[in-house]
Amino acid sequence: MSLKKILIGAALATSLMAGTVAAEPKVEVLHWWTSGGEAAAVKVLMDEFTANGGTWTDMPVAGGGGEAAMTALRARVLSGNAPSAVQIQGPAIQEWHEEDALSDLSDVASAEGWDALLPEAIAKIQKCEGKFCAVPVNIHRVDWMWANPALLAKAGVSMPQTWAEFNDAADKLKAMGITPLGHGGQPWQDATIFDAVVLGIGGVEFYKKALMDLDLDALGSDTMVAVFDQMRKMRGYVDDNFAGRDWNLATAMIMNGEAAFQIMGDWAKGEFTNANKTPGNDYLCAPTPGGAFIYNVDSFTMFKVDGDDKKAGQKLLAKLIMGEKFQTAFNLSKGSIPARLGTDLSAFDYCSRRSSYDLNIAASNGSLVPSHAHGMAVRGVFSGAVTDVVTNHFNSDMSSQDAAKALVAAIKNAE
Amino acid sequence: MSSWLQKHISKIVIAPSFAIILVFVYGFIGWTVYISFTKTKLLPKYTLIGTHQYEKLFSTPRWYVALENLFVFSGLFILIAIVIGLLLAILLDQKIRTEGFLRTIFLYPMAISFIVTGTAWKWILNPQNGIEAVVRSWGFESFRFDWLINSDMAIYTVVIAAVWQASGFVMALFLAGLRSVDQEIIKAAMVDGIPTSRIYSGIIIPSLAPIFLSAVIVLAHLSIKAFDLVVSLTGGGPGYSTDLPATFMYTMAFSRGNVGQAAASAVVMLTIVVAVIVPYLYSEMRSRHD
Amino acid sequence: MTNHVLAGTAQSQLKSRFWHKAARFSLYAILGIFALFYIMPLFVMVITSLKSLDEIHQGGLLSLPENITFEPWKVAWSSACAGVSCVGLKGYFLNSMVMVVPAVFISTLIGAINGYALMHWKFKGSEIIFALLLFGCFIPFQIVLLPMAILLGKIKLSGSFSGLIMVHAVYGIPFTTMFFRNYYMTIPTELVKAAKIDGAGFFRIFYSIFLPLSPPIIVVTIIWEFTNIWNDFLFGISFSEPGTQPITVALNNIVNSTTGVKEYNVDMAAAIIAALPTLLVYIVAGKYFIRGLSAGSVKG
Repeated sequence: MSLKKILIGAALATSLMAGTVAAEPKVEVLHWWTSGGEAAAVKVLMDEFTANGGTWTDMPVAGGGGEAAMTALRARVLSGNAPSAVQIQGPAIQEWHEEDALSDLSDVASAEGWDALLPEAIAKIQKCEGKFCAVPVNIHRVDWMWANPALLAKAGVSMPQTWAEFNDAADKLKAMGITPLGHGGQPWQDATIFDAVVLGIGGVEFYKKALMDLDLDALGSDTMVAVFDQMRKMRGYVDDNFAGRDWNLATAMIMNGEAAFQIMGDWAKGEFTNANKTPGNDYLCAPTPGGAFIYNVDSFTMFKVDGDDKKAGQKLLAKLIMGEKFQTAFNLSKGSIPARLGTDLSAFDYCSRRSSYDLNIAASNGSLVPSHAHGMAVRGVFSGAVTDVVTNHFNSDMSSQDAAKALVAAIKNAE
Repeated sequence: MSSWLQKHISKIVIAPSFAIILVFVYGFIGWTVYISFTKTKLLPKYTLIGTHQYEKLFSTPRWYVALENLFVFSGLFILIAIVIGLLLAILLDQKIRTEGFLRTIFLYPMAISFIVTGTAWKWILNPQNGIEAVVRSWGFESFRFDWLINSDMAIYTVVIAAVWQASGFVMALFLAGLRSVDQEIIKAAMVDGIPTSRIYSGIIIPSLAPIFLSAVIVLAHLSIKAFDLVVSLTGGGPGYSTDLPATFMYTMAFSRGNVGQAAASAVVMLTIVVAVIVPYLYSEMRSRHD
Repeated sequence: MTNHVLAGTAQSQLKSRFWHKAARFSLYAILGIFALFYIMPLFVMVITSLKSLDEIHQGGLLSLPENITFEPWKVAWSSACAGVSCVGLKGYFLNSMVMVVPAVFISTLIGAINGYALMHWKFKGSEIIFALLLFGCFIPFQIVLLPMAILLGKIKLSGSFSGLIMVHAVYGIPFTTMFFRNYYMTIPTELVKAAKIDGAGFFRIFYSIFLPLSPPIIVVTIIWEFTNIWNDFLFGISFSEPGTQPITVALNNIVNSTTGVKEYNVDMAAAIIAALPTLLVYIVAGKYFIRGLSAGSVKG
């Protein structure tokens, strides 16, 4: 143990070009993983960091999918006291880079060979002008469909392979008095369904054009109208009380047999696992129809800090995050899969292995796409504008044509 | 020296507070106004770009929803909270034996952070397992109370929860006022045989005028800042039907990285506050002078 | 004749006593109904905090617990996770106290003196200054976050208790000033004039005449300031650092996880625990309303 400590200390000393004093690595980590399983997952990282001779200062700020954490971050940066590592994901990394706030991890990245360890699409997000400035911790799959097998059997339907099949199944369930879709009416949940529907109805190319390139023609196209038609159908499949419901209560509906399907990212698995339900028996998991993979990758982004101890801390942290040990332990409790390619998945359950299998296929045939709902596809200004339209359509009687028009207007206005 | 000091002591005492407010309120408002004319995204940028942010703001449908809600919500909230607060104070002032206990019950909502009470309210107002379900289980099958999940009515549930939270404090304000009304005058009026209701409407309530001012200001402050309330009760939904300027501003600034836009919305909001509150303050102060 | 009159009086007395009783009864009934409405959410929180998570998921959210458990309370107090450290709320109480007590004290004291000066030592422009101060009540805290962060960074107070105390005290001044000024309006100016003739100075009059009359409004002010600052989340989250985070930040971290498992029972217990100091202030302060009443013989 102590030998390892010394070795790593020495390695760090040499890696720090100054080579003067081996400062004790220090990090302050701002994140919003505060609840049981998630916090335990972060603790794995902290323990590893401490075991390597570092000092970890925890700065957890939960709430609103990181909204509160971003508030705290802004205040910290403006007062000239940025934390070393912050849970920031997707295009927001670039936004912070443009504010000239991030530090460069190139030397750790090249020493560890990160480019070979990450799917290209995911590595790209972590880079600022070609240099790594963030480290991915996981890959969440967003286009999961969870189902209650007993209800499906009762209605004589199987996991749908196409949206037409889904509609048939849902109609059957509905006719039997079963709520087809367990859903919570919060904007991000509406947007999560929207992601899946855009992908399923429009296909991968359309998804990329509409939600990544924000191509105005695609956004206003007939395909988009068809997407909103399907969204309207989805609205008909949820129960009357869906408004404002937390996603986990929707998951509980699947568990308790109150609803048949839920479309939600793989963190839903945590709820099932927590209730001692096993995949295959108590619940089913399958990708939503679309034949692609919508990802949501959490990263730690490294901010510019002063002092050798903090700089050394960032590098050590970055290295440990990409380590196999952390990636396995973290993702086991988070429901997601490791971002690091080739990590041993024998400890993971069926849904995770399926996720990993599909990921590899998607990465090789170009159907690996970022989640719009979770802010992975475009910047907050744009994804927010799209979500506003989606949730407004879902919660009103707006026509599909009007929704497509509103989408175009919203993107033009956000520019 | 001493008489000079006595003459100016009031100004000297006020000066520090005034200076502080000048910086922390007016200085910061000035800063916000400036930022609203820039292209600030995550961190302040000081290059002016004209009225771009305002043009964008007023072509955002969601902003109009937020503005309308501000008027509906604030108006109802202030009115209902004052009526209920005053009513409770008067009722409690009738030498109620359990006053201390009841007062605590009416006041406690202010004590508990809305982060969690919002969840409790959400359950109570939810048709499936809340009031609607309970009343139906008593046999009133056709009873409906689904405001929370109805886009057109959801803002009223925010009013209910806000009144619940703040009316107790208004009650405390009025109670403190009622207790400082000269008891001699009231006794004299009672001896003269004037009915209690007349004593209240003719003597006591008018003497509470400064309390009304405090109550309105406290409630206006709460309604402008009604943020936790919306976030935890409806999350702005269904859709964005219960969005308020404060939640709009916060979303723009912190989850969408568009501080310039947020600043513009803040300036519009402050302008509205000035337009509504300043005449009120002015008339209140003047009437006091007469 | 006399008999008749007497009988009439007895009857009307009986009648008025009946009406009096009926009025008292309806008075209590109305208060009771209001009390039920106010207590309802707390009731929901308490019963939820006494249920196991399984029971919450299976049963109705508003049903009474079948098997009462105090485990959620224990967890909320000492082992709920708010980040990597799972120590519950207990460690954050002190942080909040260190911040709240001085901030409440400072803003109340400044407010009392300001209110007194602005009401009874008027000078040219004092009304305008009061109006300008009052407007500070309406500034939305969301817009002061960023300039405040810059300022705190410049004066090297970011992340410190002193910084948090300052921020809270500053935004308390408009309210406290207003409360005291409006309250002191009910104290006759003649009293001050007489004291001045007797040769008493500014502070002497404040100390020996105004302060003794102030308990009710001090109570109101403390309730307002204490609850506002204790329950503040926005400033707490923005201007604190690990080590100075107030209890609301910890509560938020326990309650508000986005993709984690939601433990409603622990959440509810934690919320009630975090509110205990404010509840205590209300219960204790309530007494002083009454004491303030008996002390205030010169009112009107």
